[in-house]
Amino acid sequence: MSTTVTETHETSTHYGSHVLKPERSNLGLMRPDHGKSVLIDWLTTVDHKKIGIMYGVIALFFLLVGGVEALVIRTQLAFPENDLISAQRYNQLFTMHGTTMIFLAIMPLNAAFFNFLVPLQIGARDVAFPRINSFSLWAFVAGALVINFGWFLQLLEVMGLFTASGPTAGMNDLVPSMGWFGYAPITGIEFTGAGTDFWIMGLQILGIASLSAAMNFVVTIINMRAVGMKMMRLPVFTWMTLIVSLLIVFAFPAITIALAELMFDRVFGTNFFVTAGGGQPILWQHLFWIFGHPEVYILVLPAMGIVSEVLPAFSKKPLFGYAIVVFSGAVIGFLGFAVWSHHMFTTGLGKVATAAFSLLTMAIAVPTGVKIFNWVGTLWGGRVRFSAPMIFALGFVWMFMMGGFSGIMHSSAPADAQQQDSYFVIAHFHYVAIGGIFLAVVSGIYFWLPKICGKMWKGNLSLWVAIFSTVGLNVTFFPMHFLGLLGMPRRTHTYLEGFGWETYNLVCTIGAYILAFGIFLLVVDIIRCLRSGEPAGDDPWDARTLEWTTTSPPQVYNFARNPIIPARDALWEHKHGPENRKITYEPDDGHGIHMPSQSWMPMIASLGFVPLGLGLSMMQAGVAYMGYVAIFGLLMISLGVALWALEGPGGYHLHPEEEN
Amino acid sequence: MSDTATAHHEDGHKSLIIDNKKLLMWLFLGSDCMFFGTLISTHLIYRKINPTEIDPTVNLFSLELTSFSTFILLMSSFLMALAVSAMHKGQIKSFRRNVIGVIFFGLIFLGCQVYEFTEFVHLGLKLDTGTFGSTFYLMTGTHGVHVAIGIFWLICMYFYSYTGKMDAHESAVDVEVAGLYWHFVDIVWIIIFTVVYLIEFIGK
Repeated sequence: MSTTVTETHETSTHYGSHVLKPERSNLGLMRPDHGKSVLIDWLTTVDHKKIGIMYGVIALFFLLVGGVEALVIRTQLAFPENDLISAQRYNQLFTMHGTTMIFLAIMPLNAAFFNFLVPLQIGARDVAFPRINSFSLWAFVAGALVINFGWFLQLLEVMGLFTASGPTAGMNDLVPSMGWFGYAPITGIEFTGAGTDFWIMGLQILGIASLSAAMNFVVTIINMRAVGMKMMRLPVFTWMTLIVSLLIVFAFPAITIALAELMFDRVFGTNFFVTAGGGQPILWQHLFWIFGHPEVYILVLPAMGIVSEVLPAFSKKPLFGYAIVVFSGAVIGFLGFAVWSHHMFTTGLGKVATAAFSLLTMAIAVPTGVKIFNWVGTLWGGRVRFSAPMIFALGFVWMFMMGGFSGIMHSSAPADAQQQDSYFVIAHFHYVAIGGIFLAVVSGIYFWLPKICGKMWKGNLSLWVAIFSTVGLNVTFFPMHFLGLLGMPRRTHTYLEGFGWETYNLVCTIGAYILAFGIFLLVVDIIRCLRSGEPAGDDPWDARTLEWTTTSPPQVYNFARNPIIPARDALWEHKHGPENRKITYEPDDGHGIHMPSQSWMPMIASLGFVPLGLGLSMMQAGVAYMGYVAIFGLLMISLGVALWALEGPGGYHLHPEEEN
Repeated sequence: MSDTATAHHEDGHKSLIIDNKKLLMWLFLGSDCMFFGTLISTHLIYRKINPTEIDPTVNLFSLELTSFSTFILLMSSFLMALAVSAMHKGQIKSFRRNVIGVIFFGLIFLGCQVYEFTEFVHLGLKLDTGTFGSTFYLMTGTHGVHVAIGIFWLICMYFYSYTGKMDAHESAVDVEVAGLYWHFVDIVWIIIFTVVYLIEFIGK
């Protein structure tokens, strides 16, 4: 890296110096800048690219964890009356499979793309609040630890070293076991043990992480755009990030309050969801789905954004109907708040409410259909290249559509009454989640990993990944439609012979292993690329957007000089457009590039959630001294935030040497 | 308090419409609207479903006390506006005077709430008294925590103003952000006062 550095307080005449010295913060402590330790560098980083990579690595790890949980579930169901695992363990596995995949795999994978790409795509040098970004990452890690800590306690319990006492005495389900949407009243203190408390605290912490990250991204996208990067010139992926972030800002409070009410019910004996005290368990369903349905779009809109980037790049055409695609995304986000009760058609909402939510659910299929139409329109007449990202993007369009079709079937309330809680529903949302989101994310990985690590993919393993994962997911989930219509209920630990379910279940299980092999090949391919890929170059795919103008991997400051954006699809216009649409750069003002200082404080503050969450949860299981641990966590958070405020932002200047 | 990411990015800041920190606070307040919306609607729904939970002949709420504390909180918002204006003009002494006033009024409000809570408990309304106790205490308690956080924030600002690091250019935004928060908490209270307290007096 050909850069020289001067400290902020020094004059910028210090050009020739290569000396990087950490500076003292306003507190008198040394800042962790320019250290030699790689570990400290990553722990204290405020660089959106490094934070994005960490999100991605941790999310891929949890994707594998959730995948293993799914495989155990499918193995248990392979044969009738199988007793591989106990019913309680089965409940814990499907609960943690859902929770892990949604909150610890897909959301952080999306966050990984947001972090790495959005500043590059809008021509910024970082997000608006770099230290809040670091806080979001570590709060996510804290939430993941708290929510999974039950496995450790459960292991001790199996070994006979631990039994629950205190408020949940005698209930040894230490891993959440009530399903990922935790319906009342099963989450009540008299029905489930400390696992529910780990789930409440873990989700609450993950909510804080998501909210802080989402607010950061809205500010970044609105305020940090380069000159000329007007809203209607933003890449579609950035647009979807903005919409998703706004969804998070407005949808997460509902579950935050619902979780707080549930916690009060369990810890302080309130009656929010307790029928004996006048509470109504249905309230939980409403609050959960007011969050939960926007959450569906929080998961899928980034996938649509990825596909909207990949399809034009590999069709050598602009996205067909850019404005309509953006507008459809916004409409989906808006309508997403108005369809939550379609998860509750069988609860007896009354005719008017059922009809209204049924109609709105059908209406939301319109903007989704418009998007699919536009993607097909993008391909039409384009020079299509079937490179790895394109294969997965095309797979997304088809498979997501299949999930969409069964979704429309659910929107009809009478049909939904038949399908409710059956395997038909499982088939529907796995087509959307794996056929849709997973394939799009893999497409994104194939598209952007050369930019992220600077190395190009080797060979054609991607084709085998595509074959095994698409075949696997269809073999797994297509028969589930039939299973559902034959009446197999979801969340069933085992089943008897003679319902006609045996063959379908066996096929599903075989499919699950095919899919797992596809994911295994993906991991192999990623490792091969990272270990021995050829240098990728700045723009290996002949792509269209601004991130491909940077080096691969991008420099820490992203852009040596700030770009001035003349048009949508800026790089494409720069390469192939008329002379007046070239990207130009602002002149160097001689002050160098102001970089934010690294900091320990966001990590200290957010990791304080670990003792807080674990302390409060384990108090419920009667573990001694846990109240003090929780108080320690609270003090750690307060101390971290206070020192964060007082240390000052710091910063230093970089002077990249001009190459052109 | 003067830490701002804006400073890092002065060069890349041409599309700036509203200050980063102010926009962040507006987003937080939008989110907070949903928090309080959920709490208040939970309360109202349960009030309708379980109308006989609290004895209608007992006058739980004291109109005089709560009107007084509402007025005090409103006046604190007025002082907060004066503090923001003073900071914009760089009048640090006037800023301190007004902030002390806000803190003092906020503490009076919290004191009223503590007094009110003890009164209610004596009258038999506890956290586990049906759904009314649950929703009322969680909702007003959450609001009280917001006020307490605001007071803590302003106390920090007050002492920070003595370090000499506050100036009209940079710190005015910080004070304004705190002001936005304070006004919001005030507005939420006016809604709670209307739909939770005053509504109980209809027909009495």
